Amino acid sequence: MSLLVHTETATDPVSTVRFRKPNLRLIPRLDIKGPNLVKGIHLEGLRVIGKPERFAREYYEQGADELLYVDIVASLYGRNNLLPIIERTAREVFIPLTVGGGLRTIEDIRLVLRAGADKVAINTAALRRPEFIREASRKFGSSTIVVSIEVMRQAEGTYEAYTDNGREKTGVNAIQWAQRAAELGAGEILITSIDREGTGQGFDLEVTRRIAELVPIPVIACGGAGTAEHVVEAAVLGKVQAVALASIIHYNFMCHHSDNDDVFAGEINTAFLRNRKVAAHFQDVTLPEIKATLAGREIECRHTATECHD
Amino acid sequence: MTKGTDLVVVDYRLGNLFNVVRACESVGLPSRITSNPTDVAGADAVILPGVGAFGDAMEFLRDSGMVDALRSFAVSGRPLLAICLGMQLLMTESWEFGRHQGLGIVGGSVIRLNSPAGLKVPQVGWNRIDKLAAANRQSWDGTLLQGLQDGEYMYFVHSYYVVPDDSGVVLTTTRYGETEFCSTLRTGNILGCQFHPERSGPQGLRIYQQLAEYLKTTGP
Repeated sequence: MSLLVHTETATDPVSTVRFRKPNLRLIPRLDIKGPNLVKGIHLEGLRVIGKPERFAREYYEQGADELLYVDIVASLYGRNNLLPIIERTAREVFIPLTVGGGLRTIEDIRLVLRAGADKVAINTAALRRPEFIREASRKFGSSTIVVSIEVMRQAEGTYEAYTDNGREKTGVNAIQWAQRAAELGAGEILITSIDREGTGQGFDLEVTRRIAELVPIPVIACGGAGTAEHVVEAAVLGKVQAVALASIIHYNFMCHHSDNDDVFAGEINTAFLRNRKVAAHFQDVTLPEIKATLAGREIECRHTATECHD
Repeated sequence: MTKGTDLVVVDYRLGNLFNVVRACESVGLPSRITSNPTDVAGADAVILPGVGAFGDAMEFLRDSGMVDALRSFAVSGRPLLAICLGMQLLMTESWEFGRHQGLGIVGGSVIRLNSPAGLKVPQVGWNRIDKLAAANRQSWDGTLLQGLQDGEYMYFVHSYYVVPDDSGVVLTTTRYGETEFCSTLRTGNILGCQFHPERSGPQGLRIYQQLAEYLKTTGP
C-alpha cells in the first residue's frame, strides 16, 4: 500500500526497490571498567585497552550506526566514572548511544539518559522483577528500553539466561524470557552469547534466529564476531536486525595505532594484542570494510558519504 | 539567558531532550528547554522534539496551555522544527492506541506502519530520505534540508507515520517494507521530520546547521 503518489522513473534507482528491508545496524560495544575501555580476552580475564571516548569518536567517524557502552562492574562497585564518560561522548558523537550495566531503578535510568544516553540496556534488574520492564517502558517509552539477555547453551541444546557477565545462573529459559520481555514492553532485545563472547568464532546463530523469529521487536546479536563473514551470517542465518562488535574492531583499531598514541591510557601494555595466538581469531578489518562486505552480499546497511561510491 | 536568538525546545516530560540541546550547541546555537507557553510565544524559533505516546504528549500540551501557544507560533512565520512524535503532533489526529486529536497545524492523520511477516515494527535504525519523483517534487533549497543529498541516511525510531491531506507538503519519502511514507513535511517555515536529526550523524547535524544559519541571517 502506497499512500503517496510516487511516479516511477528509470533514472531513480531508489524507487525501483519495491520492498525495502531494514538496514542492518553495526554497533560497536565498549565495555567500561572505571575510566577505561576493557576487553575480556577469552579465558584470560580483562585487559584495559584505552579511553572509551576516544574509541567512540573513532567508530563514529568510521560510520558506526550506534554505540553500546556496558559498565561491566557497576553491579559490584560504584559508578562514579560512567556518567562523565557518557557526557563527554554525547558532546561529540551524534548517533544513538545505549548504556547498560547495573541499572536497577527508574532513577538509575533517568541519570544515564540525562547524561546523554538514548537507550538503556537492562538485564539483572529485569530478571529479578520483570515488571521493571513495564514500568521503565511506560516511563521512558519502549524504544528507550533494551532488554539484555546473556545466554549460555546447555548440553541438551536449550539456552539459559545468566546475569553478571555470565557469573550467575538463573534457571530461566532465555528464549521464553525474550518473548516475555517483548510482551512487557521492551523495545529491543540484545542477546549476548557467553560461550562465543571474545572468541572470534562467530555468533550463536541458533539462539538469535529462534528469538528473532519469535519476537516482533528488533534483535541485536552480540558475542563472537571474528570476521566480516560472521556478520553476514548473523543477518542471513541469525535473522537479526543489528550486531554488536567488540574485539574484532578494537583489535583492528589498536593494531593500527602506535603505543604512544593518546588512545591508550598510560598503564597499558598493548603487546598482548600483537600476540598472534589471540589475534589469529580475528580478521583485521574495519567497520567500513565490514559494511563493504555486507553490501557485496546484498545486505542493506547505511553507508556514509565518504565510503559510498555507488 | 544569552543575548541573540531565542530558540526554545518544548518539554512535555516524555522524551530525552538533552541530545537535541547538545546538537544545537554543536552548531553554535544556544537553546533552552521550556514547558511554559509564554516562552514559546516570544521565541525566535521552536523545536518540538519527541519520544513517547501521542495521547500522553497531547494531554501534557493541553494541561500546560501549550496547544494554543504552538498553534499561534505556527502561523507566525518563525521556524518550527518538529521531530519524530513532534512531527506527528502537528497533524489533525492520530490512531495510536485509539483516536486522539492532535495540534491540527497540518491537516492529516497518523497511522501505524504495516508489519507483514518478518518485518520488525517499530522501525529502529537508518533509512534513506528520498526526493519525490520530478512531477510533484518540492525543492530542498531554502528548507532545512538544503545541502543534503537525495537518499541520505537518517536515524528512525517509530511505529507510526503521518499521512498529510495535502501531498504538496511532502518534502521527502522513505520506504520501509512495502510502505512508502512521508518522512519530512514542510509548509511555510514549519519542518516536520520523522527521523531524529540529532542522532543522524554529520548529515543530521546539517539540519541544525541550516537552522543556525537561517537564524543568523534573519537576526533576532
